[in-house]
Amino acid sequence: MAESKDAGGLSRLLNAAWVRPFLFLVFIVVAWDLAIRLFQIPAYQIPAPGDVVAVLRTDWPELLRQSWPTTYATICGFLLSAVFGIPVAMLIAGSKTVESYVYPLLVFSQSVPKIAIAPLFVVWFGFGIIPKVISAFLLGFFPVVVSAVQGFKSVDPDMVDLARAMQGSRFQVFRAVNLPHAMPAIFSGLKVSVTLAVVGAVVGEFVGSNSGIGYVMQRSIGTFDLPTMFAALVILALLGVVLFWVVDRIERLVIPWHVSQREDIIFAS
Amino acid sequence: MKPATQSQSHVDQPAAHLRLVSDRAAGETSGIKLSGVSKTYRSRDGDVPSLRPLDFHINQGEFFVVVGPSGCGKSTLLKMISGLLPPTTGDILVEGEQVTKPHGNVGIVFQNALLLPWRNILSNVMLPIDMKKLSREKYLPRAKELLKLVGLEGFEKKLPWQLSGGMQQRASICRALVHDPKIMLMDEPFGALDAMTRERMNVELMRIQRETGKTVLLITHSIPEAVFLADRVLVMTERPGAIAAIYDVPLPRPRSLDAMSDPVFTELVQRIRKHFFTQGSLD
Repeated sequence: MAESKDAGGLSRLLNAAWVRPFLFLVFIVVAWDLAIRLFQIPAYQIPAPGDVVAVLRTDWPELLRQSWPTTYATICGFLLSAVFGIPVAMLIAGSKTVESYVYPLLVFSQSVPKIAIAPLFVVWFGFGIIPKVISAFLLGFFPVVVSAVQGFKSVDPDMVDLARAMQGSRFQVFRAVNLPHAMPAIFSGLKVSVTLAVVGAVVGEFVGSNSGIGYVMQRSIGTFDLPTMFAALVILALLGVVLFWVVDRIERLVIPWHVSQREDIIFAS
Repeated sequence: MKPATQSQSHVDQPAAHLRLVSDRAAGETSGIKLSGVSKTYRSRDGDVPSLRPLDFHINQGEFFVVVGPSGCGKSTLLKMISGLLPPTTGDILVEGEQVTKPHGNVGIVFQNALLLPWRNILSNVMLPIDMKKLSREKYLPRAKELLKLVGLEGFEKKLPWQLSGGMQQRASICRALVHDPKIMLMDEPFGALDAMTRERMNVELMRIQRETGKTVLLITHSIPEAVFLADRVLVMTERPGAIAAIYDVPLPRPRSLDAMSDPVFTELVQRIRKHFFTQGSLD
């Protein structure tokens, strides 16, 4: 009896959402380490995981200090893309005229590589935080707009007719029907956006900055200090994961009714 | 061949209920009155006529069913009566007032229940109250009463997906009734339900209509359903839609499902079906 209970506990542990990716991560790190030993890859090409961990431990205060500007720029850029992206999507979805003027240009602008124009922001705004924020914003903006437009447009027209037939004003109908309906799509856009905003911030730091994780990476590549560079990569990945998780939590709070969250409701009740 | 000629002779000497009834004594200030109402959609390829001029009158408290082939403009008719769509020509009077914009004196039920997934059943039913900015406190007891009337007591706090299709559609009927409109417009309300649920819902709808005394305009593809429910059946032609005929249904009320085996019922169903066989098919 006790044995089966233990087995149940183990299988429950194995089924916990975070365990499987963690196990896979452990597997990757072991494979990485083995590959370096097996094929005798020199340390200036790929550092051993042990060295990276060592750098993470010794340089922890410095890395943490450098990750603040990056985090700050990412969050600012992400918030800007949400604040501008959602209203722009509302306009595009709400008006055929706006859509025909703006949407093609938006797609066109998206095909301009941000990395290529990032130096321009340094020219305009100097080496401070602003070029990073703009870079993060530009990368995060597009997915929010595209998802939100799709969300606003996928409302059943009969549902809107129904609310309008009850003499709901345009704003009332929008608040009661269109906006909540678009929330799941908006959040899936926000989740893509937040991870891209990290990339944007780092790109901003690459082209012209003297602080941030991107700056640390560039400096360490310059000196062939690969363990530090990989440590910076780990920090960036952690940053992306944490921000994604935060948005995911907010999504659960805002749209607990949505299909993707239903399991939780059943368990809760 | 022989049965055909037989039924032909039947039609030639119609029984009283097979008479075409263009109109009943029409009160000017109650029910729905359409005079010369037509609709033409503008499109890039030119004008597409959807409805040819219609003249008919639906009496207060009447159960009026429109049956016709797909794309004959039935849904356009419904939208025009609710004020969502202006007619190209003609006038629509609802309760004696000309319809120019959404007037809120209708409750609408579509084929899909269209409940908002983020609102529980009770607050879905309350949607028209929110839209019309009426007092929530005043209408909350009424909403609960209606849910009781359709057998959804105890489901107020449930979310729509936790209910079956039939239950969802009942909730949407409550939503159509909560603001106490004079008229209920139903666009193939049970088309998405399975045949058994559909029959049960039809019986229940008749009960609800009797208890609330609403004027009902219901659109359907199903001829038996039309005859079973209706006081009068309007048969529409193919696009552009026009009135092919209006029939009285003299079956006594309340009707049970047994009414479907009544000779009057089968005769009427056959008679209406003929319209579509001479025109083409229903779908």
